[in-house]
Amino acid sequence: MLNTRMDAAQLRADMPLFTGPNWDFGSLRRVYEAIEKIAFDDLGLDIYPVQIEVITSEQMLDSYASVGLPLMYRHWSFGKRFAYHETLYRKGLAGLAYEIVINSNPVICYIMEENSMTMQTLVMAHAAVGHNHFFKNNYLFRQWTDAGGILDYLSFARDYVAKCEEKYGLEAVERVLDAAHALKEHGVNRYAHRSKPNLAEERQRMEDRRAHEEATYNDLWRTVPTLDKEDDETAESEKQQEDTRGKLGLPEENLLYFIEKRAPRLEDWQRELIRIVRNVAQYFYPQKQLQMMNEGCATFVHYEIMNRLHDKGLITEGSMLEFLHSHSSVVFQPGFDDPRFSGLNPYALGFAMMSDIKRICEDPTEEDREFFPEIAGGGDPYGVLRHAWANYRDESFILQYLSPAVIRKFRLFHVADDSSKPSLRVDAIHDEVGYRRIRSALSRQYDLSRREPDIQVVDVDLTGDRCLVLAHFVHDGVLLEEKTCRSVLRYAAHLWGYTVKLLEIEAATDKTLKTYESGPEGK
Amino acid sequence: MNIVDRRPNPKGKSLSNRQRFLARARVEVKSAVQEALRKRKVADVGHGEKVAIPTRGIAEPIFHHNRRTGKTDHVVPGNKEYVRGDEIPRPTGGEGQGGREGSPDGSGEDAFEFTLSKEEFLDMFFEDLELPDLVKKSLKDTTAVDLQRAGYTVTGNPSNLSIPRTLRHSMARRISLRRPKLSELEALREQVEEARARGEDEEAERLAHQLEVRKRRSKIIPYIDPIDVRYRRFERVPRPNTEAVMFCLMDVSGSMTEAMKDLAKRFFMLLHIFLVRRYRHVDVVFIRHTSTAEEVDEETFFYSRETGGTVVSTALEKMLEIARARYPTDRWNIYGAQASDGDNYGADSSRCVALLGGEVLPLCQYFAYVEVGDGMGGSLTGLSRDSDLWRAYSEVAPAHSHFAMRRVGDPAQIFSVFHELFAKGGVRA
Repeated sequence: MLNTRMDAAQLRADMPLFTGPNWDFGSLRRVYEAIEKIAFDDLGLDIYPVQIEVITSEQMLDSYASVGLPLMYRHWSFGKRFAYHETLYRKGLAGLAYEIVINSNPVICYIMEENSMTMQTLVMAHAAVGHNHFFKNNYLFRQWTDAGGILDYLSFARDYVAKCEEKYGLEAVERVLDAAHALKEHGVNRYAHRSKPNLAEERQRMEDRRAHEEATYNDLWRTVPTLDKEDDETAESEKQQEDTRGKLGLPEENLLYFIEKRAPRLEDWQRELIRIVRNVAQYFYPQKQLQMMNEGCATFVHYEIMNRLHDKGLITEGSMLEFLHSHSSVVFQPGFDDPRFSGLNPYALGFAMMSDIKRICEDPTEEDREFFPEIAGGGDPYGVLRHAWANYRDESFILQYLSPAVIRKFRLFHVADDSSKPSLRVDAIHDEVGYRRIRSALSRQYDLSRREPDIQVVDVDLTGDRCLVLAHFVHDGVLLEEKTCRSVLRYAAHLWGYTVKLLEIEAATDKTLKTYESGPEGK
Repeated sequence: MNIVDRRPNPKGKSLSNRQRFLARARVEVKSAVQEALRKRKVADVGHGEKVAIPTRGIAEPIFHHNRRTGKTDHVVPGNKEYVRGDEIPRPTGGEGQGGREGSPDGSGEDAFEFTLSKEEFLDMFFEDLELPDLVKKSLKDTTAVDLQRAGYTVTGNPSNLSIPRTLRHSMARRISLRRPKLSELEALREQVEEARARGEDEEAERLAHQLEVRKRRSKIIPYIDPIDVRYRRFERVPRPNTEAVMFCLMDVSGSMTEAMKDLAKRFFMLLHIFLVRRYRHVDVVFIRHTSTAEEVDEETFFYSRETGGTVVSTALEKMLEIARARYPTDRWNIYGAQASDGDNYGADSSRCVALLGGEVLPLCQYFAYVEVGDGMGGSLTGLSRDSDLWRAYSEVAPAHSHFAMRRVGDPAQIFSVFHELFAKGGVRA
């Protein structure tokens, strides 16, 4: 069915698929089919089925408010986000995104009715194909995101929160959600946990160990002098504490998980609410590590597809110019001294790096051969890119593929900021000595575990005052911002129900630099 | 691929989140609204308002690094002149080198700005204000009634016949009793004739008999039976008075400065907006007076200049005259608001008191007297001499709970005075 229609489209390949700015459902479908064909045949992409939903600008604002998801439980913070975006939009300070795409199966792609047909084409190539391929293939999404189940889960979450509000009151629910939101960045698992051993395996292991001990028994060990009695006792209690910590799974970096499982005073529904916040945060966790690659992939794919559509005569010259205009503003990177500068544009960097990989594969220079011997001149740019899209995240992608050409193009430079010194120092620029340093520094900049404070639950006194001890491991002397830290701790204490302490510990020396403490309200 | 048109979906999915947000930020929003009111023109009060509220109550704190501590690295684009080893003075204000700036929802100390809709603004604005005596005292005697739809009935007057309902019942009955359709009868008759034409008499006879039976059936089962008939039913509900008239009385004599008039205007505008929200229909009558009183339109009322003496009672008389002629109290809620600088022709004050206490107040739901000062605020300290009118009215006030008098010195006080006058829980005169 699809194929016959495509053949028909090819027969009149010199006819553009649409002319003029107006779109209708028929042309959306035709264009999508043409795009999909290019995606499969030329780029070799692998995508989820697509559902395209046409919405109004107001609905787009609604989607912004619920962090881009089609369903969300109710909370005032989403209202705040809505008010914020609405003001920007109404004032004309910010345009709306042309699309929002949801990592679910099928992928849901929202497009706005105000877009012109060219923009709809761009949006479909960008989101419905580009993001879609990335969602389906990147290892982090595959590992952490259950694309098939997310919508069902969100609808469960919304209903559950509403039910709790009915039963326990808006305020009680809001307090739990507020507190959980404050900790949500620390409510994700960063690594897959070891699977729990089952009883049979455990018994088998014990058997094996005993057998091993019997086989290697040597009476000589008995004669080795042990510690004297006193030391023994402290060691014993030390060991016991170590044991309890082990049983509780400490240290634990997923604060919300620990609170959900161990907080002494929470009721079941409160634990479930925390779990919901945790699961939503976990859903978004890969996106934060993949923002640059994800946008770069989508931008690269739309650029390739639009050019091919144009080459085949499927879109008009006018459409192509309109596309190039908006493409160039998407990948615009202002310099650091430009008033518009607000960090590296993920679209720009991602697109530049991926285009450069294509160039290296097809037309490498001597420098490229030195830096990328395994791909330079290999001639299969899409294969290399598909491999990168599937197996890297922002940090490792930069470390692996940031080429000197891109560094020169962006004129990147590395600034070392030591707060104890009065001025900043330029550490590396785009020259022979600087390429590798800039590359690793930029990679570190994208490393989420460096960007976000490293905070863990290290101890809890369950037999005594039930005080929960968190530790912030300080790297390079970067402390926590004091004011927000105190507010967050108050929230944490609200959930925990007893005092919560936070120690700022210098990771290198184990020295405690600063201590915060917060009790639950009313104490 | 699937294309779904979501545009017809209900809008305002975020509405309940927005309401929660407003409730959360209530204290901040409210003070921002009052602040905004002080600054803006009163004629604009009815519009939405952009408010900036401090992030205090609505902050969403998360743990994050303090960028002013320790050693950090930044990789930034756009190098023009720097070479390795250059020292750059530390930028102030965090722009430029900082790389990622705070997210919109971040921890910034800036005020959070957004727009309230007109409704939300006025809700905030008039929150915990209430019209005194909202329910008309004479509601019991009122003859005004509304007719309200109240379902269907089997009896009624032909003009209330509900044809859709009647036919629906008729159809149900016809179907259940299997009344033959007209088309069936026609078809059967044709068959009879065809059979006759073909000379098959026996067949024709059988069909004719069938036709007879059906005809009889359709006669016995009428198309519309009296049991099908339904009438729309109406209920009579007493109508609360939803019309109000507001009399604005102002002294425009030479002693009233522009600033004073502006104050008076602000007060009238507030009262007007307030009434509009409470009543379905609000009339406004503007009466200005010097030594004589006249009814004028709004433009003239506020902006034309007059000179002359001051005889307050003329305005009260005018108000009575108009109220009697055009606004009978069984239909209208009457509100009065008088603004003056307090000057009056010496002998007239006693007459004013008599008029007000004897005739005007019994007519009114509420009457407010606002004395506008010269902006120095002197009269508010209570040290200065009371004006003639103030002293005179003070005699009336204790006996009438729906009469209130206040002094206003500068625009910033308008809201608090207004608030005092209409605060829930009764008026303190």
